[in-house]
Amino acid sequence: MISNNGNHANKKTMRTFAVYVENKPGVLNRVASLFRRRAFNIESLTVGHTDEEGVSRMTIVIEADDTVAWRVEANLYKMVNVLRIEDLTHVPIVSRDLALIKVKANAENRAQVLQICDVFRAHVVDVHPEALVVEITGAEDKIEGLLDVLRPFGIIEMVRTGRVAMARGSATPSEAPEFVSAALPVNGKN
Amino acid sequence: MKRTGAEIIWEVLLSEGVDTVFGYPGGAVLPMYDALTKYPIHHVLTRHEQGAAHMADAYARASGRVGVATATSGPGATNLVTGIATAMMDSSPMVCITGQVSGKAIGSDAFQEIDVTGVTLPITKHNYLVLHADEVAPVLREAFYVARSGRPGPVLVDISKDAQNEITEYIPDTTPIKLRGYRPDLRALPEEIEKACELITESKQPIILAGHGVLMSGAMDELKTFVEKTQIPAAITLLGIGSLPASHPMNLGMMGMHGEAWVNHAIQEADLLLSFGMRFDDRVTGTLETYAPNAKVIHIDIDPSEINKVIQADVGLVGDLKYLLQKLIPALPDLAHNEWLDCIENHRSQTKENDIQNKLPDDILFAAHVINDIWRLTEGKASIVTDVGQHQMWTAQYYHQEEPYRFITSGGLGTMGYGLPAAIGTWFANPESEVWAIVGDGGFQMTASELSTCAQEKAKVNIAIINNGYLGMVRQWQEFFYEQRYSATPMHSPDFVKLAEAHGLEGIRVEHRSQVEDAIKRARNAEGTVVLDFRVLPEDCVYPMVPAGAALHEMIRRPEQAVKSGGGK
Repeated sequence: MISNNGNHANKKTMRTFAVYVENKPGVLNRVASLFRRRAFNIESLTVGHTDEEGVSRMTIVIEADDTVAWRVEANLYKMVNVLRIEDLTHVPIVSRDLALIKVKANAENRAQVLQICDVFRAHVVDVHPEALVVEITGAEDKIEGLLDVLRPFGIIEMVRTGRVAMARGSATPSEAPEFVSAALPVNGKN
Repeated sequence: MKRTGAEIIWEVLLSEGVDTVFGYPGGAVLPMYDALTKYPIHHVLTRHEQGAAHMADAYARASGRVGVATATSGPGATNLVTGIATAMMDSSPMVCITGQVSGKAIGSDAFQEIDVTGVTLPITKHNYLVLHADEVAPVLREAFYVARSGRPGPVLVDISKDAQNEITEYIPDTTPIKLRGYRPDLRALPEEIEKACELITESKQPIILAGHGVLMSGAMDELKTFVEKTQIPAAITLLGIGSLPASHPMNLGMMGMHGEAWVNHAIQEADLLLSFGMRFDDRVTGTLETYAPNAKVIHIDIDPSEINKVIQADVGLVGDLKYLLQKLIPALPDLAHNEWLDCIENHRSQTKENDIQNKLPDDILFAAHVINDIWRLTEGKASIVTDVGQHQMWTAQYYHQEEPYRFITSGGLGTMGYGLPAAIGTWFANPESEVWAIVGDGGFQMTASELSTCAQEKAKVNIAIINNGYLGMVRQWQEFFYEQRYSATPMHSPDFVKLAEAHGLEGIRVEHRSQVEDAIKRARNAEGTVVLDFRVLPEDCVYPMVPAGAALHEMIRRPEQAVKSGGGK
């Protein structure tokens, strides 16, 4: 039946959601459990405080088509602890990932590594005779780019935060609606 | 006033209008059970916590009030799990209260400790862990509100033993609950309602698919007005039985895997499906690729996540069905679909002739005879509670229910063992009503210990065991799809008459068709619970049947020779 009225472009793309949740024990578990239970694939999930007391904000990235993305949003809405959801996929956003990379660097090649970091606007946050710890923020592909060129020196360890994102402009996210549309977004618009 | 956490539990239950709870005591709920002696709430001691959960679930379905089940920590709580999952799948409002080990012992693998909020997270609408007495009242009030609002469901509240013992100031609170992130009352946009009206008016062959949502929303009158005004026939889901009286001319009967053939044909030929509070379960659609190929879809559900989950809706309306039908009815003109109704009637009359009731040459006892006689003698108005399996489908087919909230069955989860405890819960919801548990010999034995609860509580339930000596539905699949290799499906049962008598209850064995009517009458006239052991044809099958992977209209039909040879082959 889904294939019968194929007026929806069902292409899988990366979707970004900002999810506001009550800061209560177990909420992260509830959200993660929902994704597992409904077989939605999480690419990345970050969570942290907002400037409002008792409210945390998650940035969730999933790979999904329009139908699945809509279902993710609807299922999140159902959760008692979820306050609101913004689908940031089709709006202009600022998004950042942060990585700390510990790379091998000795007296011989340190200058070379520093030069690369400079090109990528990465900061060196720790120096050791045999290694450097480099901090980089940016879009995922920028971090991937730095990793590609640092790899030949030898990456000792790395940690990444996953994507955090926010819509551009001055708009505040809407509060709980009374009326909702159940229509699927067509080409990204409601 | 000063109260212990345990006393506050009962205070809140009283203020929520609870007069009956189903449960089982234990170490971590000793304070709660001790406090119970001070409050006018009837506690039904079940023989297993699963029974308590099913009773509370059925109590809720039959009464429209929130059912309450209680259990101790650890094994008590895990024994509730099947019942909670059953209630979750069928959107039944239930509050489960479990005891937990003391707060300081949590996480230490203490005796009878289990992370029950973790265990039940995916099978509850929401759950809570309470560690302090002052949280008991607000959390329990919230639990009742969440359980019954929006799309109802089970809510579990796990209360530590020290929180039950702790003394705190209790001030009764009756202010309406508002939760920031919880929106149970979403409504569709007005322009979407207009679009639905356009589709309905344009349609030539529309059909309503009426589900459990009609009953949960209390929209029976609105549905009746809607079908009469628009002359659109209604097919009913298993849990939607009772949403429109079976005798209503616009009620076609049940759809789906064991639905009536004419209903499934009508759905396949329809040009518009009006889904009212149903969720296109795989047991009603058959294979999706070929489901209702020419139909547009208007899907009404209070739960936004149901819309576009299985079937892409042309118009999805989120909201309470009663409210939305009240908006739709005045917005629609009077309609007529005479050609379409004639077409369905033609399918129906062809099939009806083939019915087992018209074909009997001898004294073979078919399950259908038993259920048909129960229906005839109770005039379609008794509360009917089933277990899961062949008898469940036969009951849906042959008990033509006239009243809402009187067909109680485990639909989504298909929980064997549901029947007897659910019948007891249904009886407690209305002890004046006539309650029949129609169960198989397999499912009955899963929770037969609740007979003892029946006896202790002097509950009046008529238990019709459709006894064929097999796990019938599994055997049917083995017959059709596994070349009659009956692996682990033949079942030996105890003497059910003696079992009843051992509980101080009456038992009646019925082996011939001619004895059925008298036995039913005897059971109806008896004062207490009666167990009727109907020895039906062992290898009968439920027809029609849409095999897995087939289209909804590709049904296996009852073979002509089945009746004569006395076997289902």
